[in-house]
Amino acid sequence: MNIKKLGCSAIAFAAMAVGMPVAQAEDTLFMPSLTYRTGPFAGGGIPFADGYADYFNMLNERDGGIGGAKVVVEECETAYNTQKGVECYEATKGKGALAYSPLSTGISLAIIPKAPVDEIPVFSMGYGLSAAAIGEKFPWTFVYPTTYWNQLSSILKYIDSNGGIEGKKIGFIYLDVGYGKEPLPLLDSLSGTMGFEVAKYPIGVKEMQNQSAQWLNVRKDRPDWMIMWGWGAMNPTAVKEAAKIRFPLDRFIGNWWAGSHNDLRAVGQAGKGYLAANFSGIGTDFPALQDVITHVVDKGNSKVASKDDVGNVLYNRGLFNAVVLAEAVRVAQAKTGTAAITSADMRYGLENINLDEARLKELGLEGFTGPIKGSCSDHEGAGAVFMQQWNGEDWEKVTDLIEPMNDTVRPLLEEAAEKYISDKPEWQSQTCG
Amino acid sequence: MEALSIGLDAFFLAPFRDMFSLPDLLIQVIWEGFVSGVLYALIALGFVLIYKASSVFNFAQGIMVVFAALVLVSLYNYGVPAWLALILTIGVMGLLALSIERVILRKLVNQHEAILLMATIGLTLIIKGAGQLFFGGEPKSMITEELGLSTGSSDWEVFDGIVIFQHIDIAAAVIAIIMVAALALFFSKTRIGRALRAVADDHQAALSVGISLNQIWAIVWFASGIVALVTGIMWGARSDVSFALEIIALKALAVLILGGFTSVPGAIVGGLIVGIGEKLFEVYWGPIFGGGVEAWFAYVLALIFLLFRPQGMFGERHIERV
Amino acid sequence: MLYREAGQFKTTYADDQALLPIAQDRIGLFIILAIAFVALPLFASEFFLSSIMIPFLVFSLAAIGLNILMGYAGQLSLGTGAFMGVGAYACYKLTTLYPDMSIIVVLLLSGVFSAAIGVVFGLPSLRIKGLYLAITTLAAQFFLEWCFIRIGWLYNYNDSGAIEVPTRTILGLAVTGPQATPLTRYMFILCVVTIMTLIAANVLRGRIGRSWMMIRDMDIAAELMGIKPLNAKLSAFAFSSYYCGVAGALMVFFWLGSAEVEAFDINHSFLILFMVIIGGMGSLTGCFMGAAFIWVLPVILRAIPSAFDLNLLAATMEHISSIVIGVLIIFFLIVEPHGLARLWQIGKEKLRTWPFPYAT
Repeated sequence: MNIKKLGCSAIAFAAMAVGMPVAQAEDTLFMPSLTYRTGPFAGGGIPFADGYADYFNMLNERDGGIGGAKVVVEECETAYNTQKGVECYEATKGKGALAYSPLSTGISLAIIPKAPVDEIPVFSMGYGLSAAAIGEKFPWTFVYPTTYWNQLSSILKYIDSNGGIEGKKIGFIYLDVGYGKEPLPLLDSLSGTMGFEVAKYPIGVKEMQNQSAQWLNVRKDRPDWMIMWGWGAMNPTAVKEAAKIRFPLDRFIGNWWAGSHNDLRAVGQAGKGYLAANFSGIGTDFPALQDVITHVVDKGNSKVASKDDVGNVLYNRGLFNAVVLAEAVRVAQAKTGTAAITSADMRYGLENINLDEARLKELGLEGFTGPIKGSCSDHEGAGAVFMQQWNGEDWEKVTDLIEPMNDTVRPLLEEAAEKYISDKPEWQSQTCG
Repeated sequence: MEALSIGLDAFFLAPFRDMFSLPDLLIQVIWEGFVSGVLYALIALGFVLIYKASSVFNFAQGIMVVFAALVLVSLYNYGVPAWLALILTIGVMGLLALSIERVILRKLVNQHEAILLMATIGLTLIIKGAGQLFFGGEPKSMITEELGLSTGSSDWEVFDGIVIFQHIDIAAAVIAIIMVAALALFFSKTRIGRALRAVADDHQAALSVGISLNQIWAIVWFASGIVALVTGIMWGARSDVSFALEIIALKALAVLILGGFTSVPGAIVGGLIVGIGEKLFEVYWGPIFGGGVEAWFAYVLALIFLLFRPQGMFGERHIERV
Repeated sequence: MLYREAGQFKTTYADDQALLPIAQDRIGLFIILAIAFVALPLFASEFFLSSIMIPFLVFSLAAIGLNILMGYAGQLSLGTGAFMGVGAYACYKLTTLYPDMSIIVVLLLSGVFSAAIGVVFGLPSLRIKGLYLAITTLAAQFFLEWCFIRIGWLYNYNDSGAIEVPTRTILGLAVTGPQATPLTRYMFILCVVTIMTLIAANVLRGRIGRSWMMIRDMDIAAELMGIKPLNAKLSAFAFSSYYCGVAGALMVFFWLGSAEVEAFDINHSFLILFMVIIGGMGSLTGCFMGAAFIWVLPVILRAIPSAFDLNLLAATMEHISSIVIGVLIIFFLIVEPHGLARLWQIGKEKLRTWPFPYAT
């Protein structure tokens, strides 16, 4: 590096330091993308970030953006680290960020309290705080298409419809952090009402690849079913260990973060039969994905390592995240009549989103996911998931959408939301709409 | 009083009743502990080799495990046949050893141990960054079968139960034993091995009888690079090859405390104690604490052990003079 | 030429023992403080305050804590992250149990808990030395991490398992929580760090500080000369953990706003360790330099590609900055094992004799 370059970067840094306004072109939509392409969870972060960026790029290429405004996606690397995530948030929020989707429960928790102050919505798609489904209490947070709690209730329903759940023993193996512990209160509460027994197996982050002891405990306790809340390197290891102790894999169900191609490719044939919940379509047999391939991937504008990665579970999940945001932008544009919306408009867009079957078909995503309809009080949409099964080489969708037990879960969510705001006086006056 | 006796029973008696009510499970637990103990021991062995010869506490050993496995798998994914990829990977580890010696160690001769430790922490960051830059951060599956290692398992029916042995675990144990034996032979029978022991005893005396320190250092780093490769293959086969694997290597530090920094047999015995101990503790005592005790068991065990024997199991007693 | 002590005569012992005996140093410090207290709040952007200055100050304080233990008392520790965690969780518990207690009091009290835990885990240091001790501090790290997860009482049984910072005010001004502006948080941290640094500087040159340094330089000799290792080592652990605990509480309450256990994991301990090494063991100035180097440099590195319109992936930049920091650590160890602070001192010496370096 020569002196001139150093000088340039020093000037850039100085500009950043004194907060020189960065020139913004007319009519752009700024979408920050807090990615983690590094660190122990990069295996999940990479395909998600690719799908997210590729969909927006496709919209730019095919339609010239959304409503005439180009989408600008700026990635900021967090390495799944909360400190870096907060730094990324602070670094990008001033550039007109419309919404944040950090794909990390830790970072979500850190920025949820900031959302009402900075007036930028947080869209934690199927992760983060389950209680955020209660829109009256969490006007700035969205968890479409469903929450961890509802997902768990769907999984339990699936178990119930496959031989009944009453009197059975359910093992729950989870990553021992906020994310994995999130569904525990619901599990405990439902075990009473549905009449099953629960055995819990925590896996520390440092023990992700060293789980044999917990699986020996599973062998000792002999549960009838296993449910996993895993992420990253924990997933393939768990499936391998389950196969090792000869646990029937078709009675082992992962949540939607424990059922990606990356996870099971490392296991291969040994993982045949393993089930996982999912809410976004598998594969590329959707017109929208074909458009992504023609307009972005084939032109070499995608960051995917190989074309085969397009259509992966987590790639499609990231793409779906972008689909929901793009749709919210359209709703907001229709309301305000301007192309360059603000983040407050974005909140309106997210709240009034209506991705019904017809709209999904228009978007080229028929059958990709269940319909989502938001409202002031409901920030999680319909909340249905389906089950997929690993056939040794690929995932196959094996059930239709399983509706959650909304009647049971909703009051519990409301209770949790009430608890969350109980020590936040400034949250008690805010409401949706 | 009653609560106390129930507590005492849960802690001191119930686990043993559990053990003997399901003897097949107990054997399985011990076997699993033995296998992870072997792998801990291998990582610790990498530390010991380097520490003995150069007083460098090689913090980078964990990342070297990941790096070696990553090079191997990536080469194979580029289309190199498995056996050639293995040879090439050994070559890469050799190059790494040479460059570490040339660029870092040679410049830091005679520095304080803490400074050498810091240098290897810097090295860790470099390898981590470079590894992810070249090979990507996503997890990859180990080419177990391509390397001729079986992925099947055998059952042993005993005590009305069943004990399952994974072939890869058996292979890990056998390879580890062969490697330790080879290293022991290498140390005691070859000229370089003897020179190595001389260096370990006294740097200056070794220098004065014409032993090249630089050469010895490159050799030990290379040797621990190969140990890292073997560990990487075995652990990669048990889960997958990703940067998360690096964290496990920290557990080898507890093994080192038990075994002493300079003792090869210590590393092995320490590894087995930690491996078997933590599995037993997690399975039979873990539920009392709500599980997940494996995360700290090894360190706390080491801590308690240190209070009674600060020099480790096989370490020599150190007499300090002023 | 300018930096020269010629003509500055000391007429009293007090003058001679001043923290900064040279007038130019005092002026320099004054300028730095003026920039920190006046110029930055007036001109710096929110991003600069909240993402660069606040973390920088928090890390500096943590680095001071670790440096007291490592650089001054010679006890290697890898448990800094966990000790910071103790401070943060204590602060959270205290402020939720007693919401009316002033946040300043809570902050200062939370360090006490951290100090107590530090003493407990410092006990092995009486028997164990050097690298062995470093690894026993790992036991503290992992055991405490496990406690933060397993003991629900610590985070008030939150569903998320995280501690979330409530809003606390001083004289009606919100200093913590989402309502607190970066400026208020920055000013609060700045005051805390300035005062605590001053205290540390005075403790270190006093009787206790000198007893730590004797233990560091040769513990047996120190013992023969009447220093009680028990007192010296444990007080070093207590003092150091106090600083780390306060830094941890500051980190969560004034910077992140909420924290899970991962915020205090082993990597966090290493981060602080790097700062102390790069900055220089046994130097307070070094702590600030190290913190700036390790935290601010990557932020700048990340800003470089966008300044040149280079379309580099954020992740690629992350890898490159990891390599660069690794290379720099090794470079410094080879060129100057005593860190940035030593380089700074050499620079000052050169300035003192410039332009006639040989005229003594």
